[in-house]
Amino acid sequence: MNTKYMNPYLAGFLLGMVLLATIFITGRGLGASGAIKDVTIAVMDGVAPAHTEKAPFFNNYVGPGKENPLKSWLVFEVAGVFIGAFVSGLASNRLKFVTEAGLKVRPKLRWLFAAIGGALFGLGAQFARGCTSGAALSGMAVLSTAGFVAMLAIFGTGYAVAYFARKLWL
Amino acid sequence: MGPFVPDLISDQLNLVVALLLGIGFGFALEQAGFSSSRKLAGVFYGYDFTVLRVFFTAAVTAMSGVLLLDYFGLLDTDIIFVNPTWLMPTIVGGVIMGIGFVLGGYCPGTSVCAAAIGKIDAMFFVGGGLLGVFTFGELFPLYDKFYASTSLGAIKVFDSLGMTQGVFAFILIAVAVGAFAITTIIEKRANKTSAPSFEFKSGKHFAAGIAVLALGVLFIFMPNRKTHLINEVSDARYISSHPVNTMDADELAFRIVDHEPKVRIVDIRSAAEYAKLALPGSDNMALRDFFSKEWAPLFSQRHVKKVILADNETEERTGYLLLQKLGYENLAVLNGGFEAFNKTILSPSAFVPVGTRWDNDVRGFREQARTDILKMIADSKNAGPKVEKKPKKIQGGC
Repeated sequence: MNTKYMNPYLAGFLLGMVLLATIFITGRGLGASGAIKDVTIAVMDGVAPAHTEKAPFFNNYVGPGKENPLKSWLVFEVAGVFIGAFVSGLASNRLKFVTEAGLKVRPKLRWLFAAIGGALFGLGAQFARGCTSGAALSGMAVLSTAGFVAMLAIFGTGYAVAYFARKLWL
Repeated sequence: MGPFVPDLISDQLNLVVALLLGIGFGFALEQAGFSSSRKLAGVFYGYDFTVLRVFFTAAVTAMSGVLLLDYFGLLDTDIIFVNPTWLMPTIVGGVIMGIGFVLGGYCPGTSVCAAAIGKIDAMFFVGGGLLGVFTFGELFPLYDKFYASTSLGAIKVFDSLGMTQGVFAFILIAVAVGAFAITTIIEKRANKTSAPSFEFKSGKHFAAGIAVLALGVLFIFMPNRKTHLINEVSDARYISSHPVNTMDADELAFRIVDHEPKVRIVDIRSAAEYAKLALPGSDNMALRDFFSKEWAPLFSQRHVKKVILADNETEERTGYLLLQKLGYENLAVLNGGFEAFNKTILSPSAFVPVGTRWDNDVRGFREQARTDILKMIADSKNAGPKVEKKPKKIQGGC
């Protein structure tokens, strides 16, 4: 079975066509962090509804008269992402429980930094109203200023701090 | 004409559409190798530029598609979601995410892909993401003002940079192709053993790069369809060389008083003027609204005569010719514009005898019409404000 990755330009074209189809059919772009937000809020609303419905920020999404946060476009879309990636992994024989890390990084340290990275993304995406998908990629496709600002800020910072994190990857 | 939400696709069906599009999104990301954190992180260290290649190709593809669909009138870009800009929060959020990218090796979308094929580190990343949103929300009062600051609305990048859409599209494509070429050289030097670019067929890639650049050049000369069409029909030479059907003020007054259902007035004066004085049963809209789906049902009724009304006849002719260009039939302009109608029908001293034997009939008709129309206007004002028909903007974003 061929486990090689697709030519990146072909994959990018495919991804661009999926995004274009999304804009053409639904009038909106793709996203990911929004679903993470919806799931967070749904969990909070399940554990501590009284707090969630009163807390600033969260109370914009839950409370009387509001839809269940899980019944959102992005939650369904990201559920699709999970399925699509699984199918792709199956087709290319890449399904395997494994921790991927830099050569000198032990799994536990990798998990810690992955969680920290995820937390920073979850937090930063709220300020930027989206992540690499929802703000940068989808924003660039419709030529919004926000999309380009987000892209430059994310990747610019990435290059600026990469040196200090080189031991994690090299 | 796209988009199909909310007219053809209901909110419920839209969730199914979301799932299907998500499957395509996830499949493409995983096939690209975005389920591997080492591959993703490589973009910051020069050993693997897959992220840059996939990301920019996707952005350029989708952007080009949107521009082309707009140009051919297949997508109404006035109503699609354009991410609004909160400048400072976006920069700060982007900086935080950039650090998260280097430390975590994923972004939210790619972490879901990687978790789907069993990457344990990605599962920690997703969990961290939930924690990040939770933390943001709990600390929200600390920065709620900053969060809402520098709100600039749904601005477009080419306007921000003061250039045309086409020139910006060309520059973006040129930058992308240039970056592809340069990073391939860097990658081959930084990673002499396993740079993915060693497998590229350089001849084919070079040809594709040239083709994409040619598309970019095309964009420079490809105007925005709506602006282009409006400019074309506003041109004095175009107007004088295209004859139009006309209706004079007396006939229009007669049709109004008669409540003639086969005549509809399309008032393209400014909303302020319209609010001051509107003819009974007329609809107010801007030229740009002629393209929107909201008004298509009115314009496409062939048995209904659409009378264009503006301050002067030239503007009316522009509106007429634009509707004609869009394929609508049975149109007319009001002779002399609203000004003439105002003078002949709505002013008390409307009638100037011309010395024919119908003078008295004409005077009688115009006086009656004035009384009736002013009464109709007063009645409709008492009935309360008219529901404004505005093209629905689509909501989106994360």
